[in-house]
Amino acid sequence: MDKDKPRRKFQPVYLFLLLPWIAHIWTPSYNRIDPELFGIPFFYWWQTLWILLAALCILPAYLFEDRR
Amino acid sequence: MTANPVAITIFILLFVCVTALGLFGARWRAGDLSQLAEWGLGGRRFGTVITWFLLGGDLYTAYTFIAVPALMFGAGAAGFFAIPYATLMYPLLFIAFPRLWSVAHRHGYVTAADFVRGRFDSKGLALAVALTGIIATMPYIALQLYGMQVVIAALGLNYAITLPGFGTVSVPLLAAFAVLSAYAYTSGLRGTALIAVIKDLLVYITVLAAVIVIPAELGGYAKVFASIDPKLLLLGHGTPTNLGPGFAYVSLSIGSTLALFMYPHAVTGLLSSSSRHVVKRNAMVLPAYSIALAMIALLGYMAVAAGVKTNPAYAAGFASFGNNFAVPALFLAMFPPWFSGIAFAAIAIGAMVPASMMAIACGNLFTRNIYRDFLVPDCSPSDEARIAKLVAFLTKLGALLFVLGVKTSYAIELQLLGGIWIGQTVPAVLLALYVRLNAIGLLAGWAVGMTIGTWMAWTLDFRSSTYVLHAFGVAIPCYASLSALVLNLLVALVASTAINAVKGMPADETVAEDYA
Repeated sequence: MDKDKPRRKFQPVYLFLLLPWIAHIWTPSYNRIDPELFGIPFFYWWQTLWILLAALCILPAYLFEDRR
Repeated sequence: MTANPVAITIFILLFVCVTALGLFGARWRAGDLSQLAEWGLGGRRFGTVITWFLLGGDLYTAYTFIAVPALMFGAGAAGFFAIPYATLMYPLLFIAFPRLWSVAHRHGYVTAADFVRGRFDSKGLALAVALTGIIATMPYIALQLYGMQVVIAALGLNYAITLPGFGTVSVPLLAAFAVLSAYAYTSGLRGTALIAVIKDLLVYITVLAAVIVIPAELGGYAKVFASIDPKLLLLGHGTPTNLGPGFAYVSLSIGSTLALFMYPHAVTGLLSSSSRHVVKRNAMVLPAYSIALAMIALLGYMAVAAGVKTNPAYAAGFASFGNNFAVPALFLAMFPPWFSGIAFAAIAIGAMVPASMMAIACGNLFTRNIYRDFLVPDCSPSDEARIAKLVAFLTKLGALLFVLGVKTSYAIELQLLGGIWIGQTVPAVLLALYVRLNAIGLLAGWAVGMTIGTWMAWTLDFRSSTYVLHAFGVAIPCYASLSALVLNLLVALVASTAINAVKGMPADETVAEDYA
């Protein structure tokens, strides 16, 4: 293990990175037809939407690291 | 297929332009191409934009464009796992892989196995990682050529010659192979990066046109989804004694996510970027590809709605390529010939980028972790570049012979196995970015994971990678790569703890600061 340096304090901003994983693992939340969007069942548009949301979840951590 | 002169002309024209560009790549931001890091990593100087094109072209391959919709076409919702898999991948890419970039930059590592050798002071473990990478990648290259074969057949380019030992061989495929080898040999990763840009433009044009034009012709998305068997439209539900398809779906995407950046071509794409910030920025902008992939996946459903499978015009295609012919058939049915030409060129050129990167990555691995570590330890940098070029060529030749001489279904089965195998390098590479186990323990875990994973796939006749585990009276359908990885990790942890207690930690050439 990295023993020659004290570990940096954990930053809560990284918790955002867990959101996409939680959203995906919770299958019952999206394994459904309704509500539809432009005739597309929820299952499909919800998971596609999460691609964008995942990118947004990275943004706080990115800005945080960028500022430091 | 009947040949359409308009489609064929457009296809060939685009192909020729791209070839010229690939060969020109040697002069673009020219470096000394007799150095391995120059030829095989593009000199580590690609910025955010080029890395975006390169990684995108690399991760979303021609075979992906054919196979993901084909899976939806045949299996429905379960095939959609390729989309959440991308969602999981970007946070991981953001958090873990800048560390790999930094440590590789600091120590001049060209491959993941280089990192393993430095981190664990073990050529043996590095060899295991390198060999796993090479054997997992080779069938993947074969499938890129297979993707080309599908669109060439769809175009009706049926010019074949008879070669002794192979029977009839498609001339267009041979030509494409010659082009691919020539530009990869002369300009390495640079030529590939240039082609990746063109390929993506064509892919985006095709996808946009497809998701606008085709549903309109079919009467809207509601009609498209109404044509799908309702049983396939969602994942099946689990029961108290069976975790069900939902669990299998999640295990597939998690297992694939962990394994993705273990693939040598993905590592090559990462390490060729000019800084760790490029990697981070790409974690945020790469999702644009996944959106395109989600649309491409839905093409499988559009193919169902368009009824291409029962159309006698495409019967020959489906007979030769199975469901993998669904998307080409859909394009032929829905697009005017000139646009089919563009769409097929997008797929064929899309095969060149990953095929070339995979071959370059195999060349890097062989040179660094087999040739230099075991055969000729004191080889010069120009020797390295020469050997890598040669191996990259031989890898592609091997893939070509495989596609021509062996049944393609073997390539598909081997690629499935490759996914299981490459996942077994996660503890030695991904985990090693944070935690350092013992090399012998990791080797033991790797051997167990490889064996169990292969066995699970074997009991499934290599047709599926979802193996049903039974524990406490509950059936757990899980991606074999992931369940083998769990076992692999357990073995590695226990063995490492035991060995370290007796012998102490071996040397580590990296220090904590190298990763920041």
